[in-house]
Amino acid sequence: MNVLERLFHRQEPPSSQVAQERLRLVLAHDRANISPGLLDILKDEIIGVISRHVPIDAAGVQVTFTQGARESRLVADIPLQTQRKRRGQ
Amino acid sequence: MAGKVLTVTSGKGGVGKTTVTANLGGALALRGQKVVVIDADIGLRNLDVMMGLENRIVYDLVDVIEGRCRLRQALVRDKRLSEFYLLPAAQTRDKTAVNPEDMVRVCDELRESFDFLLVDSPAGIEQGFRVAVAPADMVLVVTNPEMAAVRDADRIIGLVEASEKGPVQLIINRLKPAMVRRGEMMDTAAVVELLAVELLGIIPDDEAIITATNTGRPVVFSDNTLSSRAFHNIARRLLGEDVPFLPLREAGFFDRIKRFMRTEGEQR
Repeated sequence: MNVLERLFHRQEPPSSQVAQERLRLVLAHDRANISPGLLDILKDEIIGVISRHVPIDAAGVQVTFTQGARESRLVADIPLQTQRKRRGQ
Repeated sequence: MAGKVLTVTSGKGGVGKTTVTANLGGALALRGQKVVVIDADIGLRNLDVMMGLENRIVYDLVDVIEGRCRLRQALVRDKRLSEFYLLPAAQTRDKTAVNPEDMVRVCDELRESFDFLLVDSPAGIEQGFRVAVAPADMVLVVTNPEMAAVRDADRIIGLVEASEKGPVQLIINRLKPAMVRRGEMMDTAAVVELLAVELLGIIPDDEAIITATNTGRPVVFSDNTLSSRAFHNIARRLLGEDVPFLPLREAGFFDRIKRFMRTEGEQR
């Protein structure tokens, strides 16, 4: 393997980085006391509630955490179905 | 005199709470402070053996609380320093023998004769932890740069902040600089960022800690090992000095070149 590649490009991220990324997610769930399973349930119910009133693109809905210093935030990204899309159906 | 109560806790067991308590207590006492270390790990006491005082115990914390002796009688004086004392835990009782109000009362009495009271908390988040944290003016959370320890530290930090005993000060123990350099252990910055608390000190992993425990002589009393210096630095910070963190050489460019040269011949 080429020298520059060896120096600047790792094939796999170092395990310390994997630990940090895994912990970031685990801590977000721990702090909010919301398991990944509960997140899925919330997502399904949000889709149910909103789509009763507004047509949405259910497949594109994302419910995620954002993490501040010591606060977690639940963020729901709900794409609405556009007029054009609906006409095409 | 109005002594300050520092509770040393961690959530996870085995991260070095007792080691930190004994050494920090010793380092503060070596700087002329009047110090008492209190073992709050009822039923699993170990602070006495760390300090080499296991043969001098007559009474313990539970004896004091249940009125079998006066507080002064239960204090064991250190072999090396005249202003350094241990209040041992009971070994044959369990954690329900002490409640938070008892601990606050004992500490309030000790505050009058000491500058620093260090409380060694048991692992876990149940009654033992709540008892240890109840009298605290400051909570020191000990963790290791490792998944389970960091996760448990985060739980503890949440509980401490909820009980308004914060802000928490973090001590990262057992850091292995060589592993950090290889990218195989989280570095200080990663742990601090995850836990979002103030860093009080970093203690490198050091075999001298084991040999110090073997002989009951905390590292702060002996040679100039890296871990001993790290503990002394924490003590100085607690006394208000501005001490930079020890350079533990985390992943520099030249280390990467050296590593590259070393592994070049190996099969991948």
